[in-house]
Amino acid sequence: MNADAKTIRSGRMHYCPVCGHTIAQRMIGDVIDELGIRERTIGTAPVGCAVLLYDYFNCDIIECPHGRIPAVATGIKRMRPENIVFAYGGDGDLLSIGLAETIHCANRGENITMIFINNAVYGMTGGQMAPTTLIGQKTITTPEGRMSTLTGAPLRICEMFDTLASPVFIERVAVHDAPHMHRAKQAIRKAFQNQIEGKGFSFVEILSMCPTHWKMAGKDACQFVGNEMAGYFSIKKFRDVDA
Amino acid sequence: MENEKTLVMGNVAMSEAAVRAGCRFYAGYPITPQNEVSEYLAKRLPEVGGVFVQAESELAAINMVFGAASTGERAMTSSSSPGISLMQEAISYLAAAQIPCLIANIMRGGPGLGNIQGSQADYFQATRGGGHGDYRLIVLAPWSVQEMYDLTIRGFELGDQYRNPVMLLADGILGQMAESIELKKPGKQKPVPKNWALTGCAGRKPNVVRTLYLQEKDALEQKNAELQAKYELITRELQLSEARFEKDAEIAVIAYGTSARIAHWAVKRARESGIKVGLFRPITLWPFPATALREIAAHCRKLLVVEMSQGQMIEDVRLSRIPATGVDPKIEFLGRGGGWYPKPKELLAKIMEIAK
Repeated sequence: MNADAKTIRSGRMHYCPVCGHTIAQRMIGDVIDELGIRERTIGTAPVGCAVLLYDYFNCDIIECPHGRIPAVATGIKRMRPENIVFAYGGDGDLLSIGLAETIHCANRGENITMIFINNAVYGMTGGQMAPTTLIGQKTITTPEGRMSTLTGAPLRICEMFDTLASPVFIERVAVHDAPHMHRAKQAIRKAFQNQIEGKGFSFVEILSMCPTHWKMAGKDACQFVGNEMAGYFSIKKFRDVDA
Repeated sequence: MENEKTLVMGNVAMSEAAVRAGCRFYAGYPITPQNEVSEYLAKRLPEVGGVFVQAESELAAINMVFGAASTGERAMTSSSSPGISLMQEAISYLAAAQIPCLIANIMRGGPGLGNIQGSQADYFQATRGGGHGDYRLIVLAPWSVQEMYDLTIRGFELGDQYRNPVMLLADGILGQMAESIELKKPGKQKPVPKNWALTGCAGRKPNVVRTLYLQEKDALEQKNAELQAKYELITRELQLSEARFEKDAEIAVIAYGTSARIAHWAVKRARESGIKVGLFRPITLWPFPATALREIAAHCRKLLVVEMSQGQMIEDVRLSRIPATGVDPKIEFLGRGGGWYPKPKELLAKIMEIAK
């Protein structure tokens, strides 16, 4: 009931050490606080490790069926244009089972903020191959490493979105070190600011660590993002309608 | 549709009724035989400040409705059998989260891609769940274009009253058929407070629409108990049906929707031949009006279930625990599958045959 309350509730999150979800969600919370929009915000919780997001965010939240975050967010925003809607999901949710919803939501130019956590693996279910798993990367369903001959190449959604006319902001960022975190937060802030100003669909892809399912130490996982993931998924701003 | 009386298709009557009931969101994906709904609402909803979205799939459509209805607004989607199958996961979520909305299934022949004729073969899907988990939809079965209109309004009211998704279960014939109807004004239902709605948390604690109960001890079992208590309440309060020529009936024809329309004609003709036959028409398919059926069946020696399917509602007739009486009614069946309907004379002949 306190208008000055923080968006992220106090207490621990359940994520593993060095997990990108913790960093990304705290950044989103900080941005919502800085913009003073907590009481107007309606967020989505995905299926997967981040499903418990509703326990961490001190604002209205809806937990969505797997893959349907962009559709649910569309329904909310169309009915409540005065509210601020953020759609938060991982690579399985937004790029595999929900790819159609993700692309059509972007293509309609829904005035929402979409945050995409790309950690190249399914976390909650135990480390299966994701659409973004790198070539050669070992997962429990690619025990010899991902082979493009069998499973194709990792999906680059920012590049796909960049072929669409409607999105106003597309940026890929990373959270494996402080300078990149700084840029990531700026991108998130811009993606929310655009929605407040009614500009349209804004998208931030966050390259994130999953040390548990990558079977790496935290430090190595951060290096994997900086060296391997960033080598395939270019960290850059693809589109900014204001630039 | 300004006049109080108009000649209109079932699909359009339902659409206009939704607007008049205060529905302000529709999302749908093209599928025959219900395309008139989106054609009509694409033009009509913006006139009243509402939102029409042509979704990329039925999955997206029902999930857009999930989002829109979660804000507390009246929202609906419509489709036909294969499309309704695609929506089942989200319908389970809507029921679990207790989000009211209207889902219209203008049934066509199945299984598979089937055909585009009217059918009643989705009775099991509508009344038994369709999606996963222990849940129920309120299922309304109109038998005329007038009822396509009336039950749409009633459906939105019942959804809000019980915080439950409602399915309007009609078929391609009702959707495509034009009849003269009266555009009744919705009754003045006392607005149901929606303090669960997602509107932003200004001045209150945050609302969370969720269906996952992973960690809290017994929470999911308690949630199920809460749902079951509601379903028992609905079963007690909401068994809608209509009976005709039933007072002295020795034979009762039991049918809903288009089947009941055909049966009504056959029952009248049989009466002209002196056969004591009545018609029992369930209007709510869930909850099934077993109480009223039992009263009529108590004085019947035979019951004839008529469906545009291979026999689905007949299970609810059997489950209605019709008490054994001196006459102990025998349950007969006439059904047509594959998107076809019983011919009026075929049905009349069946009544005459079992009356012997």
